[in-house]
Parts: sequence; structure tokens; C-alpha cells
Amino acid sequence: MRDFSYFRAGSLDDARRAAALPSAMLLAGGTTLLDLAKCGVTEPESVVDITHLKGLGDIRVDAQGAFIGALARMSQIAEDAGIMTHFPAVSEALWQAASPQIRNMATSGGNLMQRTRCAYFRDPATFPACNKRAPGSGCSAIGGVNRNHAILGTSQSCIATNPGDLAAALVAFDAMVHLGERSVAVDDFFLLPGDTPDREHAIEPGEIITAITIPASPAARRSTYLKVRDRQSYEFAAASAAVGIELEPDGRTIRDLRVALGGVATKPWRARAVEDALRGKTLEPETVQRASLLAVEGALSSRVDQGVGRDGNHYKIELAPRVVARAILKVGGVA
Amino acid sequence: MTNRTIVHLEINGRMQALDIEPRVTLLDALREHLGLTGTKKGCDHGQCGACTVHVDGERVLACLTLAAQAEGQAVTTIEGLAGSNGELHPVQAAFLEYDAFQCGYCTPGQIMSAVACIREGHAGSDDEIREYMSGNLCRCGAYPHIVAAVRQAAEDLTAHKQAAE
Repeated sequence: MRDFSYFRAGSLDDARRAAALPSAMLLAGGTTLLDLAKCGVTEPESVVDITHLKGLGDIRVDAQGAFIGALARMSQIAEDAGIMTHFPAVSEALWQAASPQIRNMATSGGNLMQRTRCAYFRDPATFPACNKRAPGSGCSAIGGVNRNHAILGTSQSCIATNPGDLAAALVAFDAMVHLGERSVAVDDFFLLPGDTPDREHAIEPGEIITAITIPASPAARRSTYLKVRDRQSYEFAAASAAVGIELEPDGRTIRDLRVALGGVATKPWRARAVEDALRGKTLEPETVQRASLLAVEGALSSRVDQGVGRDGNHYKIELAPRVVARAILKVGGVA
Repeated sequence: MTNRTIVHLEINGRMQALDIEPRVTLLDALREHLGLTGTKKGCDHGQCGACTVHVDGERVLACLTLAAQAEGQAVTTIEGLAGSNGELHPVQAAFLEYDAFQCGYCTPGQIMSAVACIREGHAGSDDEIREYMSGNLCRCGAYPHIVAAVRQAAEDLTAHKQAAE
């Protein structure tokens, strides 16, 4: 890890000023920054530690919704009674993410800023080509070992998966990211790779995430996060779904539905086509399974051309709709 | 570039002052600067849990924490777990009793994680223990004995707590 200067910010304004300098990076939980600094992916000249700023760690839940301070730890949010009651998908997404140690360190704001786990992105010494790390250098994942890469939202430049679990739950329930002077819908906070995969978030130098808010809704209250992965715990999603449902008084007609996918797209992926197809319909397995296929409309798998592995990430096109259907039926009380 | 910072840490109950580069992790501060080699360096990327210590009572990864970040905080390592008379912590005793290791390299991290897992109330069943110990890998595959040791220690500590009340 390259040497850097360390500055412990005494106030948010201090932190903004220090972080606006080129080559400065904010440090909160540190679980991404230090990891990537050791990989040689990020090489900050100065690190601005905001961990000890006061007043940014609050979690409050009331009739309007949830307020989650940017420095609230993943473990604190996952175990907050209000979050568990009013936003179960958020709590479930968090406790199924990372490990207990990392959840004690990582913050909500840092969680949104985490980088992809694309193995090519993380290994500059072996794979110099990465458009996300070195714009214009190419993509080693296209045609490489891409079992964990995205099938939705990809471009010719990049197929790296956004690994966030929390982010998928936030996108499903229309959360807002607060940056001090302005606020951004979480769906707009994450950017598609397009021709500029190096630009991942709608945040400018000197801006700091101060809080995340989630509006209350009946669908958020009746929600779940289903995560399917290669091993049972401490693993990123092969495919995951954050789902919330509101039924009509008859208990079987869908009034409102929220669906977002994790582990399959270049950003947390709202599946509005599934929501639209099922609103007003009866909650029963065949209808739900058919509508869930819309979750992967336009999906492109990256088959392996160079003889490593077999099907690349093609399996995700079949897996993702099944995860969506299972989550909808589970939260609707049918499965 | 000589870029140094003075960091004060309370390590196992004793205040220590360190004159280090800001990039020094808590793990390297413990092992290379303080000679506390009980905390292990496994992957050094937050994937294995061998470096688990407690900061202000909560389990964290020393490899992904800057020593400077922990300024003024209380750090407990495996060396600080036994009583002052050398009496083993119940989790340490259970790991011995259940032979919950083979090579032993992951063991300090497993034990620090298990102490926290029990204190957090996440050792209620074997499934829960497996889930909340998943941040600690054991490449020898001693998992069944680790789960048994954590379960036994959790029962012992609960009984001990009830007896004290």
C-alpha cells in the first residue's frame, strides 16, 4: 500500500474541503478503501477520516419513513427495531451481506460507494486492461472468466456487477441519498457504465453522503430480501431480489409491488416491468412465474470465448426470474 | 517522504503510544510494532477473519482498520482474553476441550469472533453459530468442532451469568 497523509476531519465542512483536493479519498469503515489500496487499485495521496464526525450515525424510523445517517454501521441498521419492522428487506439485505466483522465496520454511506468485485478490476498487476480502472484500456472480463459478471445494464466497455445488497433494497423502495446541499434518488445515484464505467456514482468531488432516507409504504413493511449464492454465507449474490408487496383487502389481489435485483446488473436493478405486469393481478404461482421472466428482459450473457469455464454468466438469465418469483410468493404468503 | 503520526491505543487495558506511518494497519501495529503476534495475518484483505480483534468491545478486522483510525480506542487481542492469573477464557477452554482446530492459524481470530458472537446473542443454535461465525475461515475444515466449542462456551457463559444473578 502506497503511503498517504492522514487527516482526521473535525467537522463536515473540514471533510468536504479536504476531500475536494485531487487524490484525496474519504475514509469511513475502510473495508473497501484499504482493501483496494492494498490491491493497487486506489492510490490516495491523502485519506480524510470521517469516522469520528458526530451526528452522522443516527437511525430514526417514524410514520414518514426511515432516516439512516451515513455513518450508521451495517450491523446497527440490520438490528434496528424500526428498520426490522417497517423495512424488513433492508434488514435482511444487510445481515446477509459481508461478515459480522465487516458489518461492524462498514457504514451505510460507504456501502453505497463500494466498488465492484470484478476480479480483473481488482488485479491491475496481472490485468492492465480495465475500462473502469484505466479508461480506454479495454475490458478483460468480456471473453474472460465472467461467471459473476452482469447480464443487465452492461456495455461494450464494462460488464462488472454492482455487488450491493443494501443498494438493491433501497432501489426497490425509492430511497433518497442526501449529499448535503442536494439529494438524489438512489436509482439515479448509481450510473450505468456506458462509455464511462470509471464513473459509478452521481457524486462530485467534495460532496459527502450525509444520510439515506426511505419513505414508508405498505409494500416496504411487507418485504423480504432473497439472496441466492454459491455458498450459504459470506458471499456475494449470484442473484438476489428485494421484494415488497401490498395486497388488496381480499388478500389475493396485488395492489402494489416492488422488485429490485442484486448480483446480476451493473447497478442495483429495479424491475419495473415485473411490477407493472403484476399490479392488479391475482397472487398465484403461475402468474407470478410468468411475470418474473420480465426481470431479465434485454439481458445479455457474456459467453466465454477463450476456453475457460463453460457458460460464463448465462445461468443468471435463468436464475434471476426464479429468485424474483420465489421472493414474491414468499412475501405474499403463497410459498 | 517521512510521514509519521502518533497514535494512542489502549491495548489489552494498557495505554500505548505509537510513532507510525499513517498507512500502518491496526494489524501491522499489533504484530510489527507491539510484538503481539497472536493476531494473525491471513489474507490481509478482509476475507478470512484471522485478524479479528475487538475495538471498544466489537469484533472488527484489524487488517482493514488503520491504527490511526482507532486513536484513543480500546483494543482487545487474543493475548488480552485470559484472566490476570492465566485462567483461560471459557471460549478458549472450550476450543481446547472440543479440539476445535487443526493447524491453529485461524484459531485466535475464531476465538475473538466467538467471544463477540456469544456476547451479541447470536449463538442460539448451530445454524445461527454457523451464520454468525461465517467471517472466519478455517482451511483445515475444523468447523464441526468449532461450532461445538462455541455452543458449549455459550451454554457455560449463560449458566455462569445466571448463577451470578
